[in-house]
Amino acid sequence: MAWLSLSVVDITNQFSAGNNIDSGFHDRLPNFLFLIYVIALFTFYKARVAVADRLNLIELLWRIFVTGMLTTVVSLGIRSLDLVFGGTQLIKNVLVVDFLFLINLGLLTAFLIATFVVWKRLILYQKNKRLLVSWSIFEYILFGSILLDFAYIPGKEYFQIIVVAMGLIVSVNMKWVAFLSFKQKWKSILLLLLTLLYLIYFYMNLASYRNSYEFLSILSNSMFIRSAFVFTSSYAIFSLLVIVFNLPTTSVFEQKLKEVVNFQRISQSIQTEKNEEQVLEILLESAVRTVEATAAWIEVKSTDKLFLDKISADKVHSVKSDFSAAGLSFRQKIQSNENKKTGVYGKVRVEEYRSVAYFPIWVNDVQEGMLYLLKDVRDGFSKELLEIIETFTNQAGISIANFRMLNEAIATERYKEELKIAKQVQAKLLPVALASNNHFNISSFTMAADEVGGDYYDSYKISESKTALIIADVSGKGTSAAFHMAQMKGVFLALSQMDVSPTEFVERSNLAISLGLDKTSFVTISYFVIDTTFKTIVFARAGHVPSIYYSASEKTASYFKNKGLGLGIIRSANFKEHVQQTSITYQPGDVLVLYTDGITEAQNKHQEEFGYDRLLRLVEEHSTKDDSIIQEKIIEAVYAFCDNELLEDDYSLVVVKFK
Amino acid sequence: MVDIETYIKDNVALIVINGDVDASSSIYLDESLNNQLTKKEYNVVVDCSELHYISSAGLGVFMSYIEEFKGTNQKFVLFGLSKKVRNVFEMLGLDQLMTLVETKEEALVFVNEN
Repeated sequence: MAWLSLSVVDITNQFSAGNNIDSGFHDRLPNFLFLIYVIALFTFYKARVAVADRLNLIELLWRIFVTGMLTTVVSLGIRSLDLVFGGTQLIKNVLVVDFLFLINLGLLTAFLIATFVVWKRLILYQKNKRLLVSWSIFEYILFGSILLDFAYIPGKEYFQIIVVAMGLIVSVNMKWVAFLSFKQKWKSILLLLLTLLYLIYFYMNLASYRNSYEFLSILSNSMFIRSAFVFTSSYAIFSLLVIVFNLPTTSVFEQKLKEVVNFQRISQSIQTEKNEEQVLEILLESAVRTVEATAAWIEVKSTDKLFLDKISADKVHSVKSDFSAAGLSFRQKIQSNENKKTGVYGKVRVEEYRSVAYFPIWVNDVQEGMLYLLKDVRDGFSKELLEIIETFTNQAGISIANFRMLNEAIATERYKEELKIAKQVQAKLLPVALASNNHFNISSFTMAADEVGGDYYDSYKISESKTALIIADVSGKGTSAAFHMAQMKGVFLALSQMDVSPTEFVERSNLAISLGLDKTSFVTISYFVIDTTFKTIVFARAGHVPSIYYSASEKTASYFKNKGLGLGIIRSANFKEHVQQTSITYQPGDVLVLYTDGITEAQNKHQEEFGYDRLLRLVEEHSTKDDSIIQEKIIEAVYAFCDNELLEDDYSLVVVKFK
Repeated sequence: MVDIETYIKDNVALIVINGDVDASSSIYLDESLNNQLTKKEYNVVVDCSELHYISSAGLGVFMSYIEEFKGTNQKFVLFGLSKKVRNVFEMLGLDQLMTLVETKEEALVFVNEN
């Protein structure tokens, strides 16, 4: 597209140039066509640079160089034609000379604009608002100068000065130079020199045309070209000088950049796919690179694992034993303050090593390991570099700490998820309603604490007149407790329908449940069989908190203090010696209260327990009310006692009221 | 929190518990008892006079060593239990299976009986 427009304009230029002499056409037409040409070129190069957005600086300079070479070669070709046909009539033809001059001018303009676009990129390498504003002002007045070529306006020369001055102001921005590496700087110098060479060539070329021929197209005096020429060449000279003066300090800048990159690598290594070992590996690698250590290693305290660099494990051990034997002949802390966590450096004379520095790696105030750096020259470490290594080490410590925290958070999340499932399972194991009939009513209440506990209660209608009732508490919390509770439910449903006596129930369930329990876990239960024909309650207690019985005739409540032993504590046949079966006769109005230790052990903020006495008094106080009311009143009282704070344990309550 | 110390004198390892033994701190109790179980050298006397609270996990630890110490012929006795703590032991029936006495002297007498 651009080339097309170029050729079209060139031909038109030729044509118009011819007309210029014939004085037939409008004499501003060449200016207008030139303007179109410039705009076309500008858009073309701008588009090219924009496409190459990710190009690096050297490639940008390289582009100018290539454009410059192309244009120069073409221009030189024309010159050689001139030489070959020199003296012939053809070359003396005004039209031909003007045409050749125009081609040269066109090439120069192309080169200037290509350079201009790249310079723009370089100047705006690190932009801010002020720079952008001054750049656009410069760009506008520069392109405005094309329009000025259309006519002679007084004071035009002053305007030229403004354009040039503006160009010089924006030329000061050459931050991009700082980002070049040493090698890149040399390349840039070469490319800039060549660019300047092209510019000089064009200048001389055009100047010679102007000197030899008086009658050239009015474009020869274009202010735009002159201004652009001055701007591009001065920026090239400035950049050249800046780069030359920057050369000696490049290595320092590069070092700093490397440090920043290393630092970043350590901080970024906390991403989940990396592990602690990788963090340490990066630390070792970065430290070695930064101080150019002869040998280095990291030892991890907890695992005695070694991370080695340019040294064998055997050598590490021999070097370390020599450390302690010969000691460090001179040692100094890196941070002079009282900070105990700082690293140490000093002279050493072990094997080929002459200086040493070591840094403790701290993770959450625990020393996780030590980074050792060795060098084969005396005083091989500069304090500045050691301070940097210290920041690396600290950063690595932070990364490891973060990494652990992340892992813990994941583990906690997983644990919570597990608890949620366990809680759901547990909730399904508890009955919705217990078996009431026209001899008694039962109400129940349960509340699980944050963690899943193992409270369980259930009832089973053995026959028309017999009902089994159980309350159990599985020791431990979490999924294992819920699992044991499920086992207990299975045992209850299996044994109760066989209509076994409470002692037998306890004995058999001990055998059954013991097999699935680990040696520190146990299950406490109380098992009741209510017979409505004989109006009896027969029961046994296996380590469970004693149940309360309120006698309506005596108007007192008391605990069933029969002997018992928790399930899973002894797994032998003599279990039944430790269990006692009791039988009582109930009267209408009597109340049986089953509960778990979450109620009696509920604590208030003074660390006082709710206790057995309080529970007993409550039962007596509300004994005449319905079972559901008694249950509500007790729960209310427990809540009030704890100031409605969340209870630490699960607690369950079952109230049986006889009619 | 709990603080558990072990003192060795003659044929006795005296384990002093100070604080609460709950699910998290019961591992320390387990550690010290297991220590004596593997050594097999001393009779084990546990001072519970500063044991303020014991959870079912703590009871589970004591319970698991009853048979173990019988197997190694090490005597195992607890003394100085507060009323509340003793009640917890009794409720579960552990008092039927292990020796709980009032004072250190009684405990030492028990240990030195045949």
